[in-house]
Amino acid sequence: MGIFETLTFTLPELALAIGSMALLITGVLLGDKSTPQISYGCVGLLIIALVLTIAGPAPQNPSIFDGAFQIDAFATFAKVIIFAAAAIAILMSHNFVEGEHGRHFEYPVLIVLAAFGMSLMVSASDLISLYMGVETQSLALYILASFNRDSRRSTEAGLKYFVLGALSSGLLLYGASLVYGFSGSTSFEEIARVAAAEEDNVGLIIGLVFLISGLAFKISAAPFHMWTPDVYEGAPTPVTAFFAAAPKLAGMALFARALTVSFPGVLQDWQPVVAMIAIASMVVGAFSAIAQTNIKRLMAYSSIGHMGYALVGLAAGTAQGVSAVLIYMSIYVAMTIGAFACILMMRRRGGMTESIEDLSGLTKTNMPLAVILTVLLFSLAGVPPLAGFFGKWYVFLAAVQADLVWLAVIGVLASAVSAFYYLRIVWFMWFDEPAPAFERDAGPSLRFAAWGSALLMFPVLTVFIGSLRQVAENAAAALF
Amino acid sequence: MIGAIAFYVFALAAVAAGFMVIAARNPVHSVLFLISAFISVAGLFVLMGAEYLAMLLIVVYVGAVAVLFLFVVMMLDVDFVEMKQGFLQYMPIGFALAALVVIELITVLAFWAFPDEATLARAHPVPTAAETVADPNGPTNIEAIGLVLYTDYVHYFQIAGMVLLIAMIGAIVLTFRMREGIKKQDPAAQVARGKDVELVDIGSGQGLS
Repeated sequence: MGIFETLTFTLPELALAIGSMALLITGVLLGDKSTPQISYGCVGLLIIALVLTIAGPAPQNPSIFDGAFQIDAFATFAKVIIFAAAAIAILMSHNFVEGEHGRHFEYPVLIVLAAFGMSLMVSASDLISLYMGVETQSLALYILASFNRDSRRSTEAGLKYFVLGALSSGLLLYGASLVYGFSGSTSFEEIARVAAAEEDNVGLIIGLVFLISGLAFKISAAPFHMWTPDVYEGAPTPVTAFFAAAPKLAGMALFARALTVSFPGVLQDWQPVVAMIAIASMVVGAFSAIAQTNIKRLMAYSSIGHMGYALVGLAAGTAQGVSAVLIYMSIYVAMTIGAFACILMMRRRGGMTESIEDLSGLTKTNMPLAVILTVLLFSLAGVPPLAGFFGKWYVFLAAVQADLVWLAVIGVLASAVSAFYYLRIVWFMWFDEPAPAFERDAGPSLRFAAWGSALLMFPVLTVFIGSLRQVAENAAAALF
Repeated sequence: MIGAIAFYVFALAAVAAGFMVIAARNPVHSVLFLISAFISVAGLFVLMGAEYLAMLLIVVYVGAVAVLFLFVVMMLDVDFVEMKQGFLQYMPIGFALAALVVIELITVLAFWAFPDEATLARAHPVPTAAETVADPNGPTNIEAIGLVLYTDYVHYFQIAGMVLLIAMIGAIVLTFRMREGIKKQDPAAQVARGKDVELVDIGSGQGLS
């Protein structure tokens, strides 16, 4: 296969790479006043990439570039959600980009470049491309975290994220080098062949554990979660909205592919590790969030907990488990975008507010926002018949069918605890004395994101959960 | 024989210098030891026949990266006495972690086995370009890297370019400040002054009257 034919299969990535460079040059020529136009250009670019992902040519053999890059239903599923989430994140940054702190045209371009890195991650089927995809994405995210460079907290968040991210990359590379040393190849499929052929390959398992640690850091699963609350709180809120959605899905997809494609033969070795990480994340997410007063920190702990639930599905190690992970993560991304759209609407004359107390009595001052937030919080808590419930249901079902009943039971208990702090906010909104009202001119994109997300949770996904499940099962089948 | 002696000299020097990087009290000395560690490793590369990598290590790491480190360390003026305040407090947990890693390393080394021919064949069913150039009568180091860099590894090469682009954007976004009120030459504005400027054709040796 010639290089040009190969390149036609990577059209979405090519479009993102070339398009972001073109927009960068345009931005340099026109200056920072062109930021809104560059933003719309970036959104257009992500939509083009999304269309190319769905409609672009598919190769006969899903793996190209000597097995470094995989184009299958699994990658397509993840990429569609990543590109959509990144486009919405840019639209939601409207007020930030117009304001004085975010008025740099590099902001939307960096989000596009992060999406580019994520699409490399979900297609990676080789240890080298895995690492390079992760670094492309992380580097863009470090810059975004400290984007508000005049704020002490934002730069602190960026620095913390960078240092701990570099540490986790070190763990990842250490693990990758051990795996390479003991298997003789960096390709996932060859590693799987060697791992299945040799019993008790201790070096390979130790490498695998380091690999899991590095990846767990990237998706902020406990016990590698310490950076999350600080980074979420310190980074500008639109950036946090982006952090909490697409990168989590990309990291989880990479995690699922790395474990199920390269280590299916040693499931009994990594299953307890993933199960332990899942339990730790669920417990940390459930108990640490109770004492929070800042809503961004609360969302950080909530996302740690959600990673735990998704990992329950991965711990099952079956096609059903991976499809449950995909369903869970896509619902999670939609919920999180909506929740952050609501947080971005918490604006008073003095600027943004982030305290949970500011939501008191929201029903009396701003009924539509209160209704949206209530729906999203119920969905985050996993109350039927909202979509969040189905995500948890499929994950726990996959765990039970893989004989991990105890893990599912712990998951149900943790989600009962976590329901407490979600419902506490609902209580504040409906039954407390009203706090001063928020400003009403939120802008169409935030309203669209919030309403869209709430309507997806109920009733759209409640009705169409079957079709989502079918698509996710189709995608997961590509890995087995 | 001389090869073995050279190997042990370079290897011991690398390990000793590496130890001194973390043991030296003065951070400037640490960076100097880091440079000597790089040079020892470059010697090891030469012994392995990878002379291109050896030169790259010296040019890039010693010539650029380590000198940059040296500048940063000398300019930052960090108070290391203050930084070592909590050292004793964290020592037990540090030792526990170190012991854990040492046990892990011993376990790994105890089970270390070079993959046999069959495993190697399984891992590489089809000889890649990298293997065809590993032949001793084949191309030299640089040719070998050139052969695989743009063929087998073109994907990684391109991604590396994107990573560098992002790093560059980051450095500019986070540090560049447009300063107000600086005077700089604007040729376009000068040329466009138009009728204020008079062009005078002066003959040679006459000067302006």
